[in-house]
Amino acid sequence: MPVNEDFVGREYPPTQPYAVGSAKIREFAEAVGSTDPVHVDRAVAQARGYRDVIAPPTFAVLISMQCDGQLVRDPEAGIDYSRVVHGEQKFVHHRPLTAGDDVVGVLHVDAVRAAGGHAMVTTRTELSVEGEPVCTAVSTLVIRGGE
Amino acid sequence: MGEILTLADVEAGQSIPGRTVHIERATLVQYAGASLDRNPIHWDERFAKKVGLPDVIAHGMFTMGSAVTVVSEWVGDAGRVVEYSVRFTKPVVVPYEGGADVSVEGVVKAVDAEAKRATVELTAISSGDKVLGRALAVVQLD
Repeated sequence: MPVNEDFVGREYPPTQPYAVGSAKIREFAEAVGSTDPVHVDRAVAQARGYRDVIAPPTFAVLISMQCDGQLVRDPEAGIDYSRVVHGEQKFVHHRPLTAGDDVVGVLHVDAVRAAGGHAMVTTRTELSVEGEPVCTAVSTLVIRGGE
Repeated sequence: MGEILTLADVEAGQSIPGRTVHIERATLVQYAGASLDRNPIHWDERFAKKVGLPDVIAHGMFTMGSAVTVVSEWVGDAGRVVEYSVRFTKPVVVPYEGGADVSVEGVVKAVDAEAKRATVELTAISSGDKVLGRALAVVQLD
């Protein structure tokens, strides 16, 4: 089943807030090898002007991937998850995600196109905290075509 | 980690210190837990091969996230990475024996003096393959 092009332009309702916690930030920073103490030491973070410890630049994927799930799991979208690979990823940060943030994501489907037997779907998740935009995450998923 | 870099510290063409990221299966399990991306292609060799991959592969997001640490360390604060984008051009294959290495290097491509921002282009090589394409990180300088 091809990916449903009618999904282009679709905007999903805001997700339940994701609570950014200092323990998850530490765990994520350790997992990617980011040794900057700003992820784990509140005093360092505050000395640099942040309210609390901040997340590494790619932490937002934790939230945006869950937002993408709304589309990927939608049977009408026609996306076979077992054939999905990550093609491209972009983050634009308006400010770093910070421990204590309650982050709401709104998923947009920006593009669906065919390319060499594959389908490519570009999604954009707008992340905000109490209405303040904090990050835009753009993902391109490649759905490998069948042989 | 020292001070935050200022505009005066940075010029186009400058190389930034690189890093070699060593990846074992355990590294991927740790990332799977931290990121909640538990896709078995990143830890289950039998599953990976069944879906046509040569072996377990690293999460693209692991490679993206570990590569940008060279930029965070160079600028002096992870919060100064204001934009970051990559293409996943080749998977990083992680064999059971010995794991894999990703060699990360960065060069300043452009400096925007007015905005006090610099764009760093990263290259990430594993087993001779470029595993990230168009990897660009924009940092906010002091």
